[in-house]
Amino acid sequence: MSFLELKNITKRYGPLTAVGDVSLSVEKGEFVSLLGPSGCGKTTTLQMIAGFVEPSAGTIRLDGRDITRAKANSRGLGIVFQSYALFPHMTVFDNVSFGLEMQRVPKGERKPRVEEALSLVHLSPYAKRYPRELSGGQRQRVALARALVIRPPVLLLDEPLSNLDAKLREAMQFELREIQRKVGTTTVMVTHDQAEAFSISDRVVVMEAGRITQIDQPYRIYEHPETEFISRFVGKTNLLPGKVVTATGAGATVSLAGIAVPVETPGLSVGETVTLCIRPEKLHLAAPAGGLLTGRVADRFFLGSQWLYHIDGPLGTLMVVTPNDGSTPAEQGAPVGLEWSPSVVRVHRGAMAEAPDVALEVTG
Amino acid sequence: MSATLPDAAPASPGEETPERRFPTAPLFLSGPAALLFAALVLTPLFLTALLSFNQFDYATGRTGGFTLEHYLAVVTDEYYLEIFLRTFRISALATAICVVIGVPEAYILSRMSNPWRSIFLLVILAPLLVSVVVRAFGWSMLLGPEGPVNGALIALGIGRMKLLYSEGTVVVALVHVMLPFMVIPVWTSLQKLDPAVEQAALSFGASRATAIVRVVAPQVLPGILSGSLIVFGLSASAFAIPGLLGGRRLKMVATVVYDQYLSDLNWPMGAAVAVILLAANLIIMLTYHRMVEGHYRRRLG
Ligand SMILES: Nc1ncnc2c1ncn2[C@@H]1O[C@H](COP(=O)(O)OP(=O)(O)OP(=O)(O)O)[C@@H](O)[C@H]1O
Ligand SMILES: [Mg+2]
Repeated sequence: MSFLELKNITKRYGPLTAVGDVSLSVEKGEFVSLLGPSGCGKTTTLQMIAGFVEPSAGTIRLDGRDITRAKANSRGLGIVFQSYALFPHMTVFDNVSFGLEMQRVPKGERKPRVEEALSLVHLSPYAKRYPRELSGGQRQRVALARALVIRPPVLLLDEPLSNLDAKLREAMQFELREIQRKVGTTTVMVTHDQAEAFSISDRVVVMEAGRITQIDQPYRIYEHPETEFISRFVGKTNLLPGKVVTATGAGATVSLAGIAVPVETPGLSVGETVTLCIRPEKLHLAAPAGGLLTGRVADRFFLGSQWLYHIDGPLGTLMVVTPNDGSTPAEQGAPVGLEWSPSVVRVHRGAMAEAPDVALEVTG
Repeated sequence: MSATLPDAAPASPGEETPERRFPTAPLFLSGPAALLFAALVLTPLFLTALLSFNQFDYATGRTGGFTLEHYLAVVTDEYYLEIFLRTFRISALATAICVVIGVPEAYILSRMSNPWRSIFLLVILAPLLVSVVVRAFGWSMLLGPEGPVNGALIALGIGRMKLLYSEGTVVVALVHVMLPFMVIPVWTSLQKLDPAVEQAALSFGASRATAIVRVVAPQVLPGILSGSLIVFGLSASAFAIPGLLGGRRLKMVATVVYDQYLSDLNWPMGAAVAVILLAANLIIMLTYHRMVEGHYRRRLG
């Protein structure tokens, strides 16, 4: 029996289905992230767990109790809202202290706890300020402190770190994970930053247009995306349309614009239209004419720890990422060979969907 | 809640700001409104103030010269003092009742979903489309000795009661007329609230009542403040309602001014009373404004 369980949750706004038939079980102490593009229903799902949006259908159970219709103020959850929702007429201190006051924590005990929460988010010097006197990132941290201080059994975080700079964000992610491990808080976090979802979650839930498309551990989502949409939304990817030319029990050969490529996916049939998906870091540069393909460096970008190449070849432009090992990179315009191992090629059945650019832009 | 913008950074020397290119533009643009204001508000006020210092000759009805006797008369005469006290008492009471009724009304209105919200907003605003005089007559028919209210009282065996020409009636009628002026500013400030803020309070386990008192009410305080100022100011200078429902004996300041002008033809005296009403109103409203607003300026901006 899982701790938090959504069963066939649906929310309709008139003709629009914001969330459709979502089922999700979260174990006690688990950290789960909802990942998906803007408008896919992440906030709506979270709001239904919180009790601010009433599901059109389905049930929500918390610790064995049916809370689908329970009042929001009886659920005892800690929430960070996407819009922060700080109390504008209260100081930072009072904002954080409010939840403790509602829990009837004695005054003497409140003060040290609030101070502890504020120092956790590096805001101790700002206790006397009002929210409107803070920057966006500072407000966000107040919202986080306010939710953490009451030590709730379940934390619902709606993009809690979206406004922080990279360094602070990393520190906060670490803190969140620490607290979550130490206290064992069950956490559901909404994010559209896949790196964030991957680095701190036990499991990632990928949503698309109001539906869950995959629930899995971060590395499995990355390595084995179940749909073409996920492979595009999560990380960068090369998508190649092709046709199966030979198929054996354990694998197949796919023809990509006349080039035969072996794959290790079983169960394909000859003549089937498929889309191959290869991550840029799984492609390796080789000597010209030495690999499976030959191409030419169209562009190269320095990413610090890595190089990103755009290679023009018979299959169009492919992205290749190589680690920056200190050696001289391939020059722009230079001919290069490309090679990869058949085991890294993922096969999606069916033709490639339209307009891949949008999803590619979203990924970090 | 007036959103005060942070002061813009001073323009760098090379930069051409609009003010720099057209230094007279702001003056020029605010000219028409300023002219209108001067012609229609300041001039009559100034003339009234001048008039209040004129001497009045009862025998001939002529005015002229300079005297402070009207002011002295008003300040020293208990008759006037009582009228001023009554006016402010009635206005304060009407304002308080408007807050008590209007604020929850606005809150409920803001929580309604759409077809009903529009309908009820219209219901609240509709009375404004009917002349105050008509509404005052409505009340006097309703509360008169032969009116339906007394009819009901007699039928219930309580007996006929004198309802008209009392302070209570004037307050009730004022509340009826002024309520929209309280509901609208409060409703406007409620519209600006992020609903998530109230939800945040609920998520911490606050009851609905606690959330309203601790979180919603303080944020709409500026709306309540402006609503109170409008209601108080309009009530203190109300004329039709006290004139028609207060009768000959229950006078308020505006009706006294009217009497001075039109019955006694003592225009300087009427002007002096009017000027004192204006001054007293200003002082009361400014004090109230400072008290409440000063308390919340830093928090809500
Ligand atoms: N109150 C509402 N009435 C009508 N439609 C709504 C309402 N709230 C949300 N929606 C719609 O439901 C869909 C999902 O919205 P939601 O806020 O859950 O998106 P999200 O995944 O949180 O997006 P983002 O990442 O941009 O925050 C959107 O298409 C939105 O327009
Ligand atoms: Mg959202």
